[in-house]
Amino acid sequence: MAKSNKPIFWGLFAAGGTVTAFVIPALALVTLFAAMRFNMDMFTYEAIHAFAAHWLGKLIIFGVILLSLWHAAHRLRVTLHDFGVRADTVVAYAVYGLASLGTLMTIIYLLRI
Amino acid sequence: MSERQIQLEVLRYNPETDSEPRFQTYTVPCLNEWVVLDALNYVKENLDPTLSYRWSCHMAVCGSCGMMINGEPKLGCKAFIHEYGDSIRVEPLAHFPIERDLVTVVEDFIAKLASVKPFLIPKEDKPTSAGEFKQTPAELMKFKQYTLCINCMLCYAACPQYGLVPEFVGPAAIALAHRYNQDSRDGGRDQRQEVVASDEGVWECSFVGACSEVCPKHVDPAGALQQVKVASTIDWYKEHLMPWVKK
Amino acid sequence: MGEEMSRKPYVREVSKTTWFLRQPRYQRYMAREVTCIFIFAYTFLLICALGSLANGPDAFQGFLNALRSPLGVLFNLAVLVVTAYHSATWFNVTPQAMPIQRGEEFVPGNVIVGAHYGAWAVVSLIILIWGI
Repeated sequence: MAKSNKPIFWGLFAAGGTVTAFVIPALALVTLFAAMRFNMDMFTYEAIHAFAAHWLGKLIIFGVILLSLWHAAHRLRVTLHDFGVRADTVVAYAVYGLASLGTLMTIIYLLRI
Repeated sequence: MSERQIQLEVLRYNPETDSEPRFQTYTVPCLNEWVVLDALNYVKENLDPTLSYRWSCHMAVCGSCGMMINGEPKLGCKAFIHEYGDSIRVEPLAHFPIERDLVTVVEDFIAKLASVKPFLIPKEDKPTSAGEFKQTPAELMKFKQYTLCINCMLCYAACPQYGLVPEFVGPAAIALAHRYNQDSRDGGRDQRQEVVASDEGVWECSFVGACSEVCPKHVDPAGALQQVKVASTIDWYKEHLMPWVKK
Repeated sequence: MGEEMSRKPYVREVSKTTWFLRQPRYQRYMAREVTCIFIFAYTFLLICALGSLANGPDAFQGFLNALRSPLGVLFNLAVLVVTAYHSATWFNVTPQAMPIQRGEEFVPGNVIVGAHYGAWAVVSLIILIWGI
């Protein structure tokens, strides 16, 4: 039996699962507050732009988005199989393709900030 | 002693006459301290000698009497009647073909167990005169829980991925591979990884965790498999990104 | 010797699409797994925010206006609830995936889980203070 190449994706899945578990609920609460106009002074363009313009801010944003994307993509691949979708190769190309697209967009946007 | 009438619904299958299994209900006068296996023995001795099932020790050591009791994988000798209502449904272990009545075909599990080499493969052979392989209590602790596995296959009946993908090597076999990999006297991990780190090995596991929940010996195969995934992932990154690092 | 035993094992098929309806623990597992759909969608929301940030203040205001809709509120609320479930299920199994052995004993599972919940609270607080 040949050794699997799944570790490359599972490594990202596991790291991403940990990062998302720590940060996404709080981030979602912040964006929920923003959506509810909880405080109109928060979420200003200047403040967020300043954060994203700093190299450390860029690194944090890139790390969180990259790992969230690849965590979700890999789990979605498994979940679709669990729901009976057996075309695993097609599913893998689709979900990892979507994650690659998101990664690429993030890199481009960060470079332009 | 209190006695209770139990309706025991048993899935029957006779390969010589039946095209598919069917339920048969027996009314069994059960003593309160009985287990389901006692009820089956009562049926066999008093009501229907044709009923087939496996059992041996009646004390959760031999691992023979695994069966589905009200849809849950259980050892018949550990499932107390007083924990159930007046009707109990007994079926052969899920995910295994039925040989006859509650007897399942277990060749697949036996082959998978053998494929992971669940025995000590010493790092180097040394003559008996060189003395024993010593091990500290801390080194023993690393793998001790996995030695409690009795190969009862309840974890395979609980694992949905084994049911969906029969090629999956499965919880008990991989947990036992992990047990020997963790043993300070062992040097056989590379050989076991050929099977364990394949697609049909640990990577069919999606950490449902059902295996650990049903284990009658409180082994944690689900945990073992996640640890195997972590170690196999580190292997992969070392091998592909840092090929200059010797193993 | 007796006649040849004839074998005719009966295989019970498992439904590939509805297997998880069989047991509550399978349903809890599927609930955990589908959290990934919300994480995927939310990450793309973050990418959209980043894109608007790169396109200047007007584009960012446009993003905020789109966010401040009933759908935006509902979506963020759903993400909050679902991802909190992801966090809990993730932290609860860490002692299984990464047990810590100290000498002859394993660190109790609830200590490891508790430490994760504590760290989660600290990280969340930092994000909230930064964000609000």
